[in-house]
This record gives sequence, C-alpha cells and structure tokens, in this order.
Amino acid sequence: MNLQTLHFELALPEILIASMASVILMAGLFLKPARSQETCFWLSIGSLLVTAALIIGDFSTRSVTAFNGLFVDDPMSDLLKVAICILSAVIFVYSRQYNRHRGIFQNEYYVLGLFSVCGMMVMSSANHLLTLYLGLELMSLCLYSMIAFYRDDALAVESAMKYFVLGALASSILLYGMSLLYGLTGALGLPELSAAVADVQPDNLALILATVFIVVALGFKLGAVPFHMWVPDVYHGSPTSTTAFIGAAPKIAAFAITLRLLVGGLEDLQGMWQQMLIVLALLSIMIGNIIAIAQDNLKRMLAYSTISHMGFFLLGILSGTDEGYGASLFYVLVYATMSCGAFGLILVLSDKNFESDRLSDLKGLNQRSPVLALFILVLMFSMAGVPPAAGFFAKLSVIQALVDAGLVWVAVVAVILAVIGAYYYLRIIKLVYFDTPQSDRAIFWVKDSVAVLTLNVLIVIAILPWIGSLISLCNQVVLEFVH
Amino acid sequence: MENKLLSVLIWLPVLAGVLVLATGDDRRAETARKLALGFSIVIFLLSIPLYTGFDPTTARMQFVEHYRWIEPFNIFYSIGVDGISMPLILLTTLLTVVVVIAGWQVIQQRVAQYMAAFLIMEGVMIGVFSALDAVLFYVFWEAMLIPMFLIIGIWGGPNRIYATIKFFLYTLLGSLLMLVALIYLYNAGNGSFSILDFHRLPLSLDAQILIFLAFFAAFAVKVPMFPVHTWLPDAHVEAPTGGSVILAAIMLKMGGYGFIRFSMPITPDASHQLAWLMIGLSLIAVVYIALVALVQQDMKKLIAYSSISHMGFVTLGFFVFNPQGVEGAMMQMISHGFISGALFLCVGVLYDRLHSRRIDSYRGIATPMPVFAAFMVLFAMANAGLPGTSGFVGEFLVILGSFKVNPWFAIFAALTLVFGAAYTLWVVKRVVYGKVLNDEVAALNDIDRREILMLGILALMVLAVGIWPNPVLDVMHVSIDNLLQHVEVSKCLTECR
Repeated sequence: MNLQTLHFELALPEILIASMASVILMAGLFLKPARSQETCFWLSIGSLLVTAALIIGDFSTRSVTAFNGLFVDDPMSDLLKVAICILSAVIFVYSRQYNRHRGIFQNEYYVLGLFSVCGMMVMSSANHLLTLYLGLELMSLCLYSMIAFYRDDALAVESAMKYFVLGALASSILLYGMSLLYGLTGALGLPELSAAVADVQPDNLALILATVFIVVALGFKLGAVPFHMWVPDVYHGSPTSTTAFIGAAPKIAAFAITLRLLVGGLEDLQGMWQQMLIVLALLSIMIGNIIAIAQDNLKRMLAYSTISHMGFFLLGILSGTDEGYGASLFYVLVYATMSCGAFGLILVLSDKNFESDRLSDLKGLNQRSPVLALFILVLMFSMAGVPPAAGFFAKLSVIQALVDAGLVWVAVVAVILAVIGAYYYLRIIKLVYFDTPQSDRAIFWVKDSVAVLTLNVLIVIAILPWIGSLISLCNQVVLEFVH
Repeated sequence: MENKLLSVLIWLPVLAGVLVLATGDDRRAETARKLALGFSIVIFLLSIPLYTGFDPTTARMQFVEHYRWIEPFNIFYSIGVDGISMPLILLTTLLTVVVVIAGWQVIQQRVAQYMAAFLIMEGVMIGVFSALDAVLFYVFWEAMLIPMFLIIGIWGGPNRIYATIKFFLYTLLGSLLMLVALIYLYNAGNGSFSILDFHRLPLSLDAQILIFLAFFAAFAVKVPMFPVHTWLPDAHVEAPTGGSVILAAIMLKMGGYGFIRFSMPITPDASHQLAWLMIGLSLIAVVYIALVALVQQDMKKLIAYSSISHMGFVTLGFFVFNPQGVEGAMMQMISHGFISGALFLCVGVLYDRLHSRRIDSYRGIATPMPVFAAFMVLFAMANAGLPGTSGFVGEFLVILGSFKVNPWFAIFAALTLVFGAAYTLWVVKRVVYGKVLNDEVAALNDIDRREILMLGILALMVLAVGIWPNPVLDVMHVSIDNLLQHVEVSKCLTECR
C-alpha cells in the first residue's frame, strides 16, 4: 500500500483543522498573554472559514472513499462540514466577550473547539464503524473538558461529570452494539455491513439486540427521551459559551452518525428501528415540550426545547424515505441555526457579572432594546414552527415525509404536541414584549457579535424565497448517499 | 404593472410596516403616524383598481400571479382573486385606514410598533384572501396571528396576557390540524398544493369527513362558531380598539372565507353530510349567543357576543347551499365588517373619555355628545338589521335562503331580528338616552373631526351598501353560482349522497 492509494487529499479539511488546532495551541503558549487571545481567536475563525471555503470550492458531486474505505467524501459530508465550520465560527464570535469577561478560558476554548469540530467532521465522513466511533469520541472528549473548564463552579463540574459518565456509558453501549454486528457479519465497513445484514435472518436475536443497543446509544447521544437526563444539566451547568457550542454544530454531527448508522448500515432493519424511533421521537416531543414549561432558567428551557426538536428530527429519519432523510437534514440545519441565534442572544445580553440566563432577565427587553427584542421574537416563533420563519418549513417537510410514509397518526400526535411547545416560546415573547423591565442595566453592545447575530436572525426569516433550493440541496445530497 | 397588483398590495404594506418600525422610538411618533396614514391611504387607493378592473362575468381567478417557490414540494407563489375574495380585500384596505386614524391619539406608547403591526397585518391578511396555493395560504394564515398577538398583548387591557395567549393557542391548534389535512390532500392528489387542484380531487366519503373536520377545527375557531367561541370575548375585551376592529371586521371573516374556499368545494359530500351539524351550531350561535349578549354589562363583550351571533348567520347561509343563502352570507360578512368595526370604535370613543366600558357608567350621553349619539344610533340600528342599512341585506337573504330548505331554520334565524334588536336597542337606550347620569357624563366632549372622519367613512359604507347593494352583489354573483354548481357534483368514487 502506498500513500497515494490512501487519498489523503480527500481528508484535507480535517487535516487542516487538526493542524491549525495544534498551531493555535502552540501560539497560545508562546505569545504574550495580552496578544495571544486575539491572535488565537482570529486564527480559529480564519481556519474555520478557510476550511468551509475550501469545501465549497471543491464540492463533491459523487462519493469517493479514502483510507481503504474508512473514510468517504460525498456531497452529504461536504454540506454537513460546511455547516459545522460556519456555525462553530459564529459561536466563536458570540463567545469571545463572554469568555474574556470571565477569564475561564485562555486559548483552550478555541483549541478544544477546533478539535471537537475535527471530530464532527470525521463523523460526517465516516464510512466505517471505527471511524464513526473515533470521530464521536474526539468530539465528546473535547466537549467534556469544555464544560468542566468552569472549575470553580460546582454546577459546571457536576454537569461535566454527569455528561462524562453517561457519555461513556452510551459509548460503551454503542461499542457493544457494534461488536455484536461485527460478530454476526464480520464486517465493520458500513457498505459491507449493509450488504451483510441483508443476508442475516431478520428475526435473529443477536441482530435485534445489536439494533437495540445502537438505537439506545444514539438516543443517549441525541438526548432523546428516556435517555435525555443529561441534557438539561449540561445545558444549564456549562458556561454559556460552551452551551452555545454544544447546541449548534454537534447536532449536525448527530444527524451524520444517525444517518450513517441506521440508513447507511442497517437500512434493511428499518422496520425494526422505525418502531423504536417512533416511541423515542414522540416521547421526546412530549416530555421536552411539557417540562420546558416549568423552567425558569433560559438555558434549561432551551435544553428541553432541544429534546423536543431532536424528537422532530427523528420523525424525519423514522419515516424511512429519502425525502424523510432530506427533511431531517433540513430540520437539523435550520434548528442548529436557530439554536445558534438563541444562545448568541443570551451571550450578547450577558456581561461581566451578569449571566442573563434567567427568564426574568428578559422582562421588558422591548423597552430596553427593540432590536434585540425583535430578534427574540423571530427566533421563538421560528422554534415554535409558526410561519413565515424557517422553523415552520422544517416542521412542514418532516410532517410531509411522515404523511407520505403513511404515518398520519404520528404526524397528528406530533402536531398536537407542538401546540404545547408553542406555549413556552410564547411565554418568552410575553416576557420580552408585555412585561415591564426589572432592571435598566445598559446592554453592552459587542459590535461584531451583534452584527453576526443580525445576519444569523436574518437568515432564519429572509431565506424564505430561496428555501426551496435549500430543501432541494438537502434532498439531493441524501439521495446521493442512499444510492 | 397591472398584473402585479396583488403582489404590490401584499408586500407594500409589509414594507411600509418595516419602514414605520424603523422610525424608532416615541420621539418620532408623529412621523410614524403620518407615514402609516400615508401608506394606508395609498394602499387603499391602489386596491381600487382591483374592483374597477375586475371582470364580474367570469368565475375564473383574476389578477393571477404564478411563480415557482419551493420546488421539492411543488409549492408555488400563486395568487389571484375571484368574486368571493376581492370584496374582502377591499374591506381590509379600507378598514386599515380607519384603524390607523383610530389609533392616532389613543396610542401614545411605542407608536411606531403599533402602526407597523397593523400595516404588516394588512399585507398578510390580503395574502390570506388572495393565496391560491395551500401552503402559501397557510403561511399567511398563521403569520397573521403574530401581529395580533402583539397588539393585544402590548396595548391591551389588564387581563391582556391571558387573553392573547388563549387567542394564539386556540387558533394555532385549529390551524395545525388543517395543515395535516392539507398535507394529506397533497399526497392524495398528484403532488400539488394548488387549492384549485384540491377542488377537483376525487375523495372517498370517509376521507372527506376527516378532512372536513380538520378544516372545521381551523375555520370554526376563527369564525368563531359555538362551542369554540370562548376566546373571542376575552380577546375583544382586552384588545385595544384598533385590534378589536380588525379582529371583528376582518379576522373573523377569514373563518367564513375558509369554509367557502376550502371546506365546501374540497369536501362537497362531507359538507352535505354534515350540513345538519353546521346548521345546528349556527342556529345555536344565532339564538343562544344573542341571549348571552342580552345580559352583558360590558359593552365590548356585548358587541363580541353580537359578532358571534351574526357570524352564525354567515355559516348558516353557506350550508343551506343555495344562491340566496351564500350571497346573503357574503353580504353579511362585509356588512358585519363595517358595523362591528364601527361599534367597537364607538365603544373606543367612550372608553377614551371615561375609561369604562360598563354600560351603567353611562346614561344620557346624547345631551353632551349629540353628534356621537347620532352615529351610535345609526350603527346600532344597522346591527339590529334595520332595512336601509347593510345589516338588513345579508340577514334578509340568509333567511330567504334557509326558508327554502326548511322553514324552521328560517324561523329560528329570524328570532335574531328580535333578540338582536332587543340587545342593541336596550344598550342604546341605557347609554345614549335617559337622564344624564352624573357630572362626569355631562362634561363629556363631543367627538372631534378625527373621530367624525373614522365613523363617517363607516357610516357612509353602511348606508351605501344598505341602500344599493348591487355593486357588491354583482361582483360575487358568478363566482358563487359556480361554487354552488361545483358543490352539487359529488366527488365520491361511489354513490355517497
């Protein structure tokens, strides 16, 4: 085997991000503290955007494998990677001021963030169970330490511990499922696995067990009910800059792992995982939406909102059609953008001694800053799935896929549960618009954050005329992956 | 230019709203008001060619625009009007002008946001009436809730938050069920979201009944029909005057419009099968809700219940399936738009002066406010269905239409002429006439030029349509005939009527 047949060039984006992360680690050590933060910030933003540009410039039209089939470069992975890079860059912009004020991170935030991004990119391109696992662990380990970085804060340490233990448990369950599959089929590569599974009897007990393990592990990683316990604690306990990071790009990676495993590897068992996912999805939407109503912490509320959104995302996958997978992809992209904007808002509203993460902190925001209030309005209605914001079209495409697959009752239940969800988003708008402010604390405008935030919110609403093209793109890349 | 007219009417108000919003805080309130008034008048003038350029001899859609929008789902940006939707659009543009005038002095806080909300809502409402693609319709239909939610919640009364959240969730639940029905239709058909394609789609009776019920959830809440009307009195009482006017005059009409554009032509057999239910609920609304109105102490609540009762006439007229009934219902929708809007403005005028909506806070206002009293009596008479006012035309036609089907329907419906007269005349007697209640009432100022203008516009319309309804009836005649012919043809695959 020589180096040429390995096709290193296909993994160029990952290689670039990993080496830049190392460079930034070194730069942070050797530059003067005063300058190092700025330099590292711009280096990270630069490398993320350059990587994104690189991928867009060389967007695949068909799938090519590298490293002897461990790694695949297809249109879907390219789209996911572009989204991961851009969203992470946006989060870095939002987080800069927050981190500087608290002095909790030096440059580690960027280093860990970039390594985590690298892990997500590997997950997006994984064509083999081992690559998938490797990417997952790279991403997760970085996230654990990013949460624990607030080491003086008991809540943060607790949530890091919780996430780590439960994450490790989920990983071991995933590994167990994978080893069962390997034992049954002798295959670790996803295409080979898919072919081999087709030959096994579908009522083979070990195969059923393996599927259950894999679905459970995915449920953990996605935070689907009943495996959601870690989500609220992690969202609440982490420094907001880390929560924001966890809330955006990793969701896209979660889409990648779900689709690669369930559709790429186990498509023939669709009838089996479809039933499990229906339960997980509906429970997630229900529990997420109902418990969110009882929260008085904004980050915790958004955590429950994530759980319900992950339920909606699963609805697309479980419909089992190409359009359904495309709808899920579209849903995840839209959701990650909205989540990015929502945490961006919290970060913009917070300052040196003020976290701005309680619901009551939002009271009367309209009187203090009508522009930020309008941003919240757009984001909340979008998350609630009220048109004309993009969130509606995401829900529409998922529900359309469900009805198309003959699962009308699931669609009806999901829709009714979505009305419950609308309530707590409305309550935020009520606080912002209808209540009187509790404090007249001046809002510290960080210009670059607000500029990016404006763009972020504008995308949620102004994408309307082009939304068809985005859905088409999602459908196309999924189609290329499935066939 | 001409064939882009509808798009201009939808998007110019939205753009104007954003512009008004950009004027910022209340230091520039005067600019915001003038800008809003200017735009609303321009938009109204622009909407007149919709009437003059309308061809009343055809039932086909006119002023049509058709562009690709969301290709994977075959969703088009497709708009157009026929004789049913065109008058409603004119009603919207006219009332927005009135509402902007009505909010001129009353609203002193966050003026730009207030005016912007109404302008944006105007555009969205025109979108609802002109959308020919189901998803486009749904987008406008839901988007309309957002400004109204804010209007009630920000500028409303003491219990506004309860009222506005109830309003929003109630309507959202209904609408989402409609969405599922629309998606079902898309999949049952040939993958088209065009409303006109839905009209032609054959469906089994069972499917039709489920779809009819899903539509019913959306439209009955909006109308609102008994027993899902409970959000309306709350919303009306708490909303600022302008919000009440738009809510009563236009938003309720969307429910009626939905029945006639979606339920009846898409599920004709189910409509016939379930006509007993619709007629029954309508008659309950007409009679029972009128009795409820009789005992109200709060004037806004009284008008709210009166609205529900009058909207009962609309749904009754639709589901007797004859030209008199449907045309009467359409007339009733338009006339109710003027009358209920005007009555809410009257209550607003009183409330601005004494900050009470209770009937027993007033007596004998005819002495200090003779001009206002004249207007109020006129609108009350119109509400009671006095011949010569627009209120009479619609009610008369609906009673005529329902008599043809079953004389009992007509008898029950006609009861409202008694009850309606009872509650309106009684309230007029208690508020306008009699001995002046106290010094506060005696010191009331009569309405000023601005208030005369806004009430005058509506009074003119009430009388014009009442005396000479033909200009309105003529444009909808062909469209309604065509609709009724369509509804008579069964869509079932096997015999089902």
